Amino acid sequence: MKFSDAINDAMKVAMRQDPKVLCYGLGVDDPKRIFGTTEGLIEEFGPDRVFDMPTAENAMTGVAVGAALAGYRSVCVHQRVDFFLLAMDQLVNSAAKWHYMFGGQNSVPITIRLVIGRGWGQGPTHSQALHSWFAHIPGLKVVMPTNAEDAKGLLLESIFDNNPVVFLEHRWLHNMEGEVSEGDFRIPLGKARLAHQGDDVTIVSNSFMTVEALHAAEHVKAQGVGCDVIDLRTVRPLDWDAVFSSVKRTGRLLVLDIGAPMASVSSEIIARVAMEMPGVLKAPPQRLCLPDHSQPTSPALTKNFYPGSGEVVGAISSLIGRDLEKESLQAQQTWAHDVPGTWFNGPF
Amino acid sequence: MTDLIELLRGMKRIRAVEQGIADRYMVQPQQMRCPTHLSIGQELVGALAGLALKPSDYAVSSHRGHAHYIGKGGDIGRMLAEIYGKVTGCSRGRGGSMHLIDESVGFMGTTAIVGNSIPVGVGLGLAAKLDGKEQVSAIFLGDGATEEGSFYESATIAAVRKLPVIFICENNLYSVYSPLNVRQPKNRVIHEMVAAYGGLDTYFVEGDDPEATTDELQKAVDKVRSGAGPAFIEITTYRWREHCGPNWDNHLPYRDEDEFENWKERDPLPELERRLLERGTISAERIASINQDVEHEVEAAFKFANESPFPDESEAYIDEYMA
Ligand SMILES: Cc1ncc(C[n+]2csc(CCOP(=O)(O)OP(=O)(O)O)c2C)c(N)n1
Ligand SMILES: [Mg+2]
Repeated sequence: MKFSDAINDAMKVAMRQDPKVLCYGLGVDDPKRIFGTTEGLIEEFGPDRVFDMPTAENAMTGVAVGAALAGYRSVCVHQRVDFFLLAMDQLVNSAAKWHYMFGGQNSVPITIRLVIGRGWGQGPTHSQALHSWFAHIPGLKVVMPTNAEDAKGLLLESIFDNNPVVFLEHRWLHNMEGEVSEGDFRIPLGKARLAHQGDDVTIVSNSFMTVEALHAAEHVKAQGVGCDVIDLRTVRPLDWDAVFSSVKRTGRLLVLDIGAPMASVSSEIIARVAMEMPGVLKAPPQRLCLPDHSQPTSPALTKNFYPGSGEVVGAISSLIGRDLEKESLQAQQTWAHDVPGTWFNGPF
Repeated sequence: MTDLIELLRGMKRIRAVEQGIADRYMVQPQQMRCPTHLSIGQELVGALAGLALKPSDYAVSSHRGHAHYIGKGGDIGRMLAEIYGKVTGCSRGRGGSMHLIDESVGFMGTTAIVGNSIPVGVGLGLAAKLDGKEQVSAIFLGDGATEEGSFYESATIAAVRKLPVIFICENNLYSVYSPLNVRQPKNRVIHEMVAAYGGLDTYFVEGDDPEATTDELQKAVDKVRSGAGPAFIEITTYRWREHCGPNWDNHLPYRDEDEFENWKERDPLPELERRLLERGTISAERIASINQDVEHEVEAAFKFANESPFPDESEAYIDEYMA
């Protein structure tokens, strides 16, 4: 099943199970159905529970808060993270605060689905990840799945969590295939997944970077280097036990991220490991993030902007102090660098 | 008096550029690699940007900004180069189709978050008023953008400060695939709603009538320029192609071929040409020569874009701050 179908499946399971689950946002019932993720929802659950919205992101988010106070679980959908920035007031000042600010009496169970863009010239305002912003806010939970199974299990868990959850889907993951469990199955928030095992290096990753990390881990395994790949799945709460116990074993840490480095989830992971595990690291920790810049549009400028599996191998090399071959890995990508695969020909 | 022959030429230029993009966008290997929103069907308002406004006036626009950029006098070659991701592009390849700029003609930028450029245009109006040079700031927006809080907030600020701002709203009935009736109350009339805000002169005109639209827009701009405070004009129009991209999409179940055909019949471009011919304002020969000029200009612009170099990779890592 495709990642996008797994999202769709989770939506159906949740909406069948609980008539108080709603789904709305710009285009949820349009012909494209949010990259297929809201397919069939309006047909099955009707226009009272599945509906389009005016371009009014901030109010829409506040509406979700209000409906939540009266018992409804809204799944709000936005085709890009960037469009949702208009709603930061309601997310941060209402949704994230409500439970705490009113003495723990009520809570705001909402799920905000946001799509992270990349490639095809999405450029400065259509490709920001910003999970590190969201993770900065006490009261929010921040989820970013990598594979179809996790997408389904985590979305179901998010919808039925009693708190506001920001659920980030990378556009390049939507078409990836994977096995998906049937029915109502959930994956707890705050539990990482060990996606690859090895004793030499700990790679902590999330979202699309985990795909790159897994290619790299397989590639260096053939050269005798073992990597743990910890796919965080949620960045708030963050599974510190998984990170610490792996680093204790490997003594080497590489953090991958799909955002800028400054004040980020990657900074936090390296800080916590440095503070709480003195003497464990055999080499200075490394991270691969996006450059500390806005994202450009021209394919000529994006060509090497995004670190990939080759760069991951490079970082592993420097952690273990040994040259590793990476060119054959980089040569495997036969399609243009700015699309997720040959199936994509724009424009959005 | 607006020169209607120049208006005709302006509309033809915009259509030729947009058509040129549509014809080339999907050709393999694809070279225009960014989200691109075409203005085919909506050329009139763009063309008027250069006629109703002066080069010294400011303008900002949205994701669908090609027509406004071209109409205001923006360099076509540099716009196409931007879409091709070239270093000669108006944003040096960093912004793409959705981020066009040509400050030399007062075109201060298009941005792609709905409602984003609206208050920026009000800010340009504030500066214009403080500068006292009788400049006007024009804000191009869609029907969807009027739903954003930023529109209401911007209109309020413009009205309270009596700024020389004109909001030019092209109502093309849709926001992506969503028709007006799922986004706005049935009995809402956008310009009437804005009239009720208070403090703005409001206007409405059907955009299938090129002359009425010209007159109404000119009247509104002149009044704003006179210091009367901000204005809002709603102009009906129709987007012919898909929301984003070069293709037709009348087969998708959100609108139908009949609706499109109806609007195509009301296309103000051939209508203007017909009227001018009928009245003898223009000859068939003159039209042919305009067509040829436009064709050559657009061809040269595509050639410029195609032959321009890409930016050096290092350009991705500069200009985060002004020194
Ligand atoms: C804040 C925000 N929400 C949603 C989008 C996605 N989006 C891009 S263009 C568009 C349509 C806006 O409609 P309108 O203002 O009528 O302009 P038109 O496309 O019809 O010219 C939408 C919803 C966006 N870019 N920004
Ligand atoms: Mg519209």
